[in-house]
Amino acid sequence: MRDTRRSAGFWALAGLFGLFVLFLYGPMIAIFVLSFQGPEGGLVFPMRGASLHWFVKLAEGIGVVDIWAAFRRSLMLGTVVMVLTVILSLMAGLAFRRKLRGGGVLFYLTVASLIMPSIIVSLGIGLQFRLLDSAVKMVLTALEQPELLETYGTSMGLFTSALGAQLTWTLPFGLLIMFAVFNRFDPAYEEAARDLGASRWQTFRHVVLPMIGPSVVGVGMFGFTLSWDEIARSSQAIGDLNTLPLELQGLTTTVTTPVIYALGTATTVVSFAVILGTLAAMAAFRRRGARARARQP
Amino acid sequence: MSSSRPDTGGGTPHPAPGAARAGPGGGGSPWWQAAPFALVFVLFLVIPIALVLMVSFWRATEYELIPDFTIASYLDVFEGCSNLDELCTTFKTYLSTLKFCLLVWAITLALGFAIAFFLAFHVRTAGMQTALFIVCTVPFWTSNVIRMISWVPLLGRNGLVNQGLTAMGVIDKPLDWLLFSDFSVVLAFVHLYTLFMIVPIFNSMMRIDRSLLEAARDAGASGWQVLMHVVVPLSRTGILIGSIFVITIVMGDFVTIGVMGGQQIASVGKVIQVQTSYLQFPAAAANAVILLAVVLMFIWGLTRAVDIRKEL
Repeated sequence: MRDTRRSAGFWALAGLFGLFVLFLYGPMIAIFVLSFQGPEGGLVFPMRGASLHWFVKLAEGIGVVDIWAAFRRSLMLGTVVMVLTVILSLMAGLAFRRKLRGGGVLFYLTVASLIMPSIIVSLGIGLQFRLLDSAVKMVLTALEQPELLETYGTSMGLFTSALGAQLTWTLPFGLLIMFAVFNRFDPAYEEAARDLGASRWQTFRHVVLPMIGPSVVGVGMFGFTLSWDEIARSSQAIGDLNTLPLELQGLTTTVTTPVIYALGTATTVVSFAVILGTLAAMAAFRRRGARARARQP
Repeated sequence: MSSSRPDTGGGTPHPAPGAARAGPGGGGSPWWQAAPFALVFVLFLVIPIALVLMVSFWRATEYELIPDFTIASYLDVFEGCSNLDELCTTFKTYLSTLKFCLLVWAITLALGFAIAFFLAFHVRTAGMQTALFIVCTVPFWTSNVIRMISWVPLLGRNGLVNQGLTAMGVIDKPLDWLLFSDFSVVLAFVHLYTLFMIVPIFNSMMRIDRSLLEAARDAGASGWQVLMHVVVPLSRTGILIGSIFVITIVMGDFVTIGVMGGQQIASVGKVIQVQTSYLQFPAAAANAVILLAVVLMFIWGLTRAVDIRKEL
């Protein structure tokens, strides 16, 4: 019934949208192209030949920085953050559907974590682990354990302070997604399953999980990609060994060759692979659901 | 939907224990389910913030922290601020950060609102809406630092923009305020965080009952009047959420200002980061407490502004 002719406002906004997309992707495309710069090429256009020279350089390592070790660390941390984000958000999401006393406080805490300036969280966690270190050293001194005291380094690290710092950033996203999912979830399905005699676990495993599956995969993707690129919260809480984005941030001031673009291209490929993998997993979930429905008489 | 799996029938011969567990109030307290989630925030948010507050009143030597109750760190932050002739460093830093905050907020709000409006009201099919929305969100899942340095080949001294303008004869020597300047910092913020405006505003707009717009038009409202008197007020929750996101991010930022400002521009976040790296914890903590107070004041102001409009 609406007028099929587009108004002038439409074309103005469509033009703006087009420019915005160009603004979003244009610069990124520029560095993908420049990462294939020839060996004599510099940080800017024109291209001086095309080669994989800078990827080879990247594989050899950039100066003193062991890029591959940082790459592996980020991959491991991202995986752990992803798994924990999925499990903890899903459990909390389920808890919020029942009568959760003090749930309001927990919700506000989650929102506070999301909008708290990251540098404050990072400083706090860094401080916390330093004080913990001092406390441990004091106890070891009091217990007269010089050998232990000598070998004790720090409690700060990838899977202690940095993991906690990143979870304060990924979990709020996870919970908000679970809220959006369960708001649209019809409890009649669970009641039907329970009426048929399914236990709580069976109801969850065979009724709820298949239905919310695609969103759970989405939470996992948020967990991984947010961790993979995280800088601000882990910066003061990382300990001695940096993650890839932290190394990258340091390299922006020192590296003046396209090798940094090659690194950018490589990390973006990982991000895109995760996004595409997620979309594929979501589609597979939906297809399985559709097949299951088709099998019904 | 997918409950047709035949193996679920295996539980039916023994309904009694399952039914008892699944009954109302069964299955234990939901707090057991929420506990791990809550624990993360207690351990890594509540305790650290409390420690920041506590340590801001401590003293420090070059290599150790000394428990105390002194406001020396706060006095250091505001040192020289009673001098009215020249602004002290802290006020200057806050002014500079506030300037970025205001600019980025205004630009992302206008741009984000326009994009969300286009997606919500001009794109007609749900499939197209989802596709265009995903196009906007994909960059959010890639590295921020990469997105920052991707401006170098465009804005650098010999970058595409300068090459283009020189070739066209607009300028005769390259502009050097394009990169590592206030301009590039604002540009990068807009590039990175407009999405934080688009998503909540789009979400609010999708909840607006379309018949309200038609009613307004039927009653003789112009397009602009519909926008200002119907769409904007009904999108205020989204605008508020987006604004809180952008303002808190810019106020505490040190990465974007660092990389895009060539590590030359001061910001409150950067002060805290530098003091932390020199292990001046009480000073960093005092700055963090002040920053937190300023940010909370902004959020309070924003939520009040929205409530007042609701009352009118």
